[in-house]
Amino acid sequence: MNSPIYYSKKIKFFIIFYTIVYLVIIVIIPLSSIFFKSSELNLEKFFSIAFNLRSLYAYKLSFLSSLFSAFINSIFGLITAWVLVRYDFLGKKFFDTIIDFPIALPTAVAGLTFGNLYSKEGEMGKLLGFQISYTPIAVVIVLTFVSLPFVVRSIQPVLEDMDLELEQAAASLGANPIQTFFYVTLPYLFPAWLTGFILSFARGIGEYGSVIFVSGNIPYFTEISPLLVVMRLEQFDYAGASAIALVLLTFSFCLLVLLNILENWTKIK
Amino acid sequence: MKSSKLVKFFLIGIMILFLGIFVVLPMISLLVNAFKEGLKVYFNAIVHPETLHALQLNLIVAVFSIPLNLFFGVVCAILISRFEFRAKNILLTLIDLPFSVSAVISGLIFILVFGLDGWLGKWIEEKGFQVIFATPGIVLATIFVTFPFIVREVLPVLEASGDEEEQAAFTLGANSLQIFYYITLPKIKWGLLYGVILSTARVMGEYGAVSLVSGHISGLTDTLPLRIDKLYNEYQVTSAFAVSTILVGFAFVTLMLKLFIEQLKRKSHS
Repeated sequence: MNSPIYYSKKIKFFIIFYTIVYLVIIVIIPLSSIFFKSSELNLEKFFSIAFNLRSLYAYKLSFLSSLFSAFINSIFGLITAWVLVRYDFLGKKFFDTIIDFPIALPTAVAGLTFGNLYSKEGEMGKLLGFQISYTPIAVVIVLTFVSLPFVVRSIQPVLEDMDLELEQAAASLGANPIQTFFYVTLPYLFPAWLTGFILSFARGIGEYGSVIFVSGNIPYFTEISPLLVVMRLEQFDYAGASAIALVLLTFSFCLLVLLNILENWTKIK
Repeated sequence: MKSSKLVKFFLIGIMILFLGIFVVLPMISLLVNAFKEGLKVYFNAIVHPETLHALQLNLIVAVFSIPLNLFFGVVCAILISRFEFRAKNILLTLIDLPFSVSAVISGLIFILVFGLDGWLGKWIEEKGFQVIFATPGIVLATIFVTFPFIVREVLPVLEASGDEEEQAAFTLGANSLQIFYYITLPKIKWGLLYGVILSTARVMGEYGAVSLVSGHISGLTDTLPLRIDKLYNEYQVTSAFAVSTILVGFAFVTLMLKLFIEQLKRKSHS
């Protein structure tokens, strides 16, 4: 280990020791309890809980609705980032600021608001003439809101740093704006775009607070996987809850590793 | 040139439509619903003893969790940015975990450790303490959910600024604490401040993790989001929206402070 010369030995020891102790107490011990608790189940029991039909439906809903919302966000997030970096217009600061609103707003409040807005009695429900709340579409909508900042905030700094000469060179070589965008700008933004996509997808998979208010939580239809953990807990089935949590945890961990690889890839570029 | 102007208006239009549908419209709907039954119902919901207690509990949780995470955030960011070691990637992954892990898991893990059936459950009960379904459990789950915020805000600042000034101070005879106080702290103060603001918003609004460990005891372990949840389930929708406006207020202040800090930062740079 290399350490800076300007800290005394005592301080260095404190920095290392304190970080380790804090993480062990707050993260490592609590997280490892999931492994130990679910290992109380034998393999057959584990599979019958973590991969029964109802759980599989819940994973499928979480997976697909997160994927859809990440797609929506990557298209409109790209446009939003582009507009905010490249154009000047009245109210730009306002729109730039409200991008962060979904991060600052509690998820339960978001769920309550969307659930009501798209219900039969809500403004959107009345406008559309039918109810979106309590269907998978409502889950996609609320997940789009919750994960809206990620794509925009991933692309924005990269686009700001981008050398305009790249695009000018392409234009001077005879590329039209559309060609320039697809052959020069987009490849340049791609790693950041993908990072934003994965971040928003990962956020959707684990999201609980907002979804349970809009989905109606109907088994085999609008029930998301984090809710299965909560239901097991309410029945004091701690091992069962841990089994499903382990599946979710493994999935999040894989996404994190993927993000890490992406980050290194961008650095090399 | 005319077509590029058309493209510009078209794209701005799409963005406004997108943010309008997904952010502005829901917020208007929330406010309209909160005041739908008049100011009296609104204020009754806000000054209800259980709402005030929930707010008080939120503040207690913030008072415990934010200083702990603040201190850890600074120490951990210094470790990652200034020391070279092999396990750095593992450390970074651990720090990012609470961002990507479901809030439900953040609550579950503390039940598994401190719950009656958990590793420390028996021992804690014998000592006469209660962690789960009480304030300490809520504080722990909140710490887990929010500890990455400050690290993540401070770390990029430290990495970007390098440590030449720290080294210079050292050769001039400053000790470790002086170096931290006079050199490092001024560098990271804006990042630190923004991290604290962001975690405060999160501490106030955390629902998933807290709902698992709190036990939902009215007037005792209900935080504001849990109080909103309860009102909604009791079909007091207007009151639920009214209480929500407190949290919307916090979110709004968070965004304003962020803008303000960015402005200050720009000023101090130029």
